[in-house]
Amino acid sequence: MTSQLILNKGFVFPFIFFSVQKSESILVVLSTHLFFSIQCLKNHINYRYTLLSCISGVDFNSSNYRFAVVYDLISIDFNQRIRVKTFLKEGQLMASITSIFLNANWWEREIWDFFGIFFNQNLDLRRILTDYGFEGFPMRKDFPLSGYFELSYNSNKKRVVSNLVEFSQEHRFFNSESSI
Amino acid sequence: MKLKKKELTKSVKNFTINFGPQHPAAHGVLRLILELSGEIVEKADPHIGLLHRGTEKLIENKNFLQALPYFDRLDYVSMMAQEHTYSLAVETLSELTVPYRAKVIRVLFLEITRILNHLLAVGCHAMDVGAMTPFLWAFEEREKLMEFYERVSGARMHAAYIRPGGLYADLPLGFLDDLYLFAFQFNTRIDEIEEMLTSNRIWKERLVDIGVVSSKDAIEWGFSGVMLRGSGIPWDLRKSQPYEIYSEFKFKIPVGNLGDCYDRYIIRVEEMRQSLSIIEQCLSVIKEGPVKSNTSKQVSPYRVEIKNSMESVIHHFKYYSEGYSVSVGETYTATEAPKGEFGVYLLSNGTEKPYRCKIKAPGFGHLQALSFMSVGHMVADVVTIIGTQDIVFGEIDR
Repeated sequence: MTSQLILNKGFVFPFIFFSVQKSESILVVLSTHLFFSIQCLKNHINYRYTLLSCISGVDFNSSNYRFAVVYDLISIDFNQRIRVKTFLKEGQLMASITSIFLNANWWEREIWDFFGIFFNQNLDLRRILTDYGFEGFPMRKDFPLSGYFELSYNSNKKRVVSNLVEFSQEHRFFNSESSI
Repeated sequence: MKLKKKELTKSVKNFTINFGPQHPAAHGVLRLILELSGEIVEKADPHIGLLHRGTEKLIENKNFLQALPYFDRLDYVSMMAQEHTYSLAVETLSELTVPYRAKVIRVLFLEITRILNHLLAVGCHAMDVGAMTPFLWAFEEREKLMEFYERVSGARMHAAYIRPGGLYADLPLGFLDDLYLFAFQFNTRIDEIEEMLTSNRIWKERLVDIGVVSSKDAIEWGFSGVMLRGSGIPWDLRKSQPYEIYSEFKFKIPVGNLGDCYDRYIIRVEEMRQSLSIIEQCLSVIKEGPVKSNTSKQVSPYRVEIKNSMESVIHHFKYYSEGYSVSVGETYTATEAPKGEFGVYLLSNGTEKPYRCKIKAPGFGHLQALSFMSVGHMVADVVTIIGTQDIVFGEIDR
């Protein structure tokens, strides 16, 4: 499944495929090889992708490999960008790269918060953007746009209470087929 | 009663305070848990997300055009820079080409936006530190710039002016004359602000040697924009990976050498001057021409065309009701927003809605280094560091 290119101009770690789309380099690696790949890309003298730009998560709801985690790296020395992608099944652990890039921490926390992808070895994996006590993973495709709870101020209890979201009408998604 | 020696030893615990979320120097809704030893910060733990609106989720449920105005509302002091990044991402995916005049106007407004942002950054930073006057002067100038926004789009802030495939409309009559008049006097306004601050003793005492970031640390923490340049790395996407027509213009990239808050202040001021020079260059190269690409399915037709051709009416209707589909693919498009590298990771599955739209906000990356930057400093310096990072919660919390 993995091809390996070792030589001075190729890659020195296993990867599934490499492509250039719209002049952006994309590298797909196995999730088990990710840590090593990122480490290589950062430290190898030929790459020097020393700056982690961001990490994004994607949910491909219906596919076998449900999640994708995408790392965008910049090489300031060579003025290059690379995107490293890896695919995960639901419930699969992901290796944290906080020991390679310090700033990976918040991006990983965000992905944990939004998609529920657990990053092994991340020592600070708290929720980050959602409310204190939030449950569920809001950026998953099966999470409804409206969420499950709404907050309101209850003047009898003198505090903010959370209630289940109630709609008099279902949320409607319009597309070209729906008659408006 | 006999006292045991163990009970006599005093143990001093660190003092933990809650900074924000309603603190005026927190630049919005930052809740910071500060662990203090005396007045020295031992640890700072930012709690963010109090302004989280689920922008990315909402964008997934809107079509490509409806997603655009969300970008104005991310970083609400540099609006057009972000809608521009999104437009570039959509253009990359659907391979749209933008006419030259549109590109010049885009650059014009990107630089106006940069000035808009830096005026607020410097002004609010000065106010956090205790100087009220530059803030008022900066806001007067911001008002003029937002009037330019209003003249082209109708909105002072949330413009939705730069759209995939070009611009919403051409410039109104007399716009460039007024912009020239603004550019003519603005250099003096920067001089005035600098006169108040640059050699001011209090300002220097509060900023010099505060929040020092070495070039190695800046890269390690994934900084971008002024934060990276302040530490001496000449990295500006307008120069290194030019988009639009930045490669045609002459401008300098100011770089700091100490990496402290004062350097970053100087860089912001200098960037305003450089932006002004780019605006002047834009004014000299701008030519008559179309401001939208001529692919009628992905760009709204001009008003004149709608009055004269049935086909344009149909395109107009389809464009604003159904939207347009973008070909399958993915892109990470990054531009040099005033705060740093603003990136959009856009994934399209061939429908008229983005499948995934990840927003890389520069402030998000900077804020997580707050703890690193403020350890060992006084509590008051935390305010300076938040100011120098140019934090805006719209983009961090998304």
